[in-house]
Amino acid sequence: MKCSEFLQELTNYLDGVIDDRTKAELEEHLVWCHNCYVVCDTTKKTIEIYRDSQLYELPDDLRSRLRSAIVSKCQAQKKAGPGGD
Amino acid sequence: MSTIQPTLGAPVSDELALVQAAKTGDVGAFEELVKRYDRNVFRIAQHITQNREDAEDVVQDAFLKAYTNLGQFQGQSKFYTWLVRIAVNEALMKLRRRRPERMVSLDEEVKTEDDSLPREVADWSPNPEQQYNQAELRDILSRTIQGLPASFRTVFVLRDVEGLSTEETAEALELSVPAVKSRLLRARLQLRERLNRYFQKRENGDENRGDGNP
Repeated sequence: MKCSEFLQELTNYLDGVIDDRTKAELEEHLVWCHNCYVVCDTTKKTIEIYRDSQLYELPDDLRSRLRSAIVSKCQAQKKAGPGGD
Repeated sequence: MSTIQPTLGAPVSDELALVQAAKTGDVGAFEELVKRYDRNVFRIAQHITQNREDAEDVVQDAFLKAYTNLGQFQGQSKFYTWLVRIAVNEALMKLRRRRPERMVSLDEEVKTEDDSLPREVADWSPNPEQQYNQAELRDILSRTIQGLPASFRTVFVLRDVEGLSTEETAEALELSVPAVKSRLLRARLQLRERLNRYFQKRENGDENRGDGNP
């Protein structure tokens, strides 16, 4: 397997949606190709870091303000009648 | 090497009942749905618009639009996937308004040559994120993802941050599954490459703290 072929399968490999035979070939490639091993490992870390980052959390005060606004708009819409758009 | 699995585990057992009640005008039932997904919608909106006020507007507009159009929700997909589709469209509209000079489309044909092939392969420190405090790390991650085209970061956020499946992401963005996979690969590789400067291991064993200028 070439490095470019490995890269094409990287997303399927990381997502665990790959057949056993291709997976075995990929893992064999990883044993001897240090660059692909590093790319695979650091890509996996990239995903984990973003997933665990708590980036753009909605603060509680803003959350309740937004929810109140949404609810009152929905109620206004309801009063306007079914399908009142 | 273990694989990455999506983490979204929203309870769906009572969700259809809430949707049905909301359809009949039960605002309380709809509020439950808002509580369930407002954080996700806000995060997706801010990732796409890169603007806090726009993200707040998107949360309100998306939920109101969902409430208004609940009659069109047929229940063939998950409510959340349907809601995300509405939210992404609202967010892209905001982005287009703010950046009219730049074409913003999920369909934009991304270069097909190997523009995302790793140029620099550098290993990272064992726990790279621990080199920075929470605020520094958030700043790095936020500025790094901002540099990606909207079509890439949207796919990355839905798939890898929010944990939608590839098929759900495709449905929410009205893209084909191969298109989602192709954008996801490029997004992941570009983010990885851009994070190198902050996380890579130094030869002398010192940890690299980057220079703060992506």
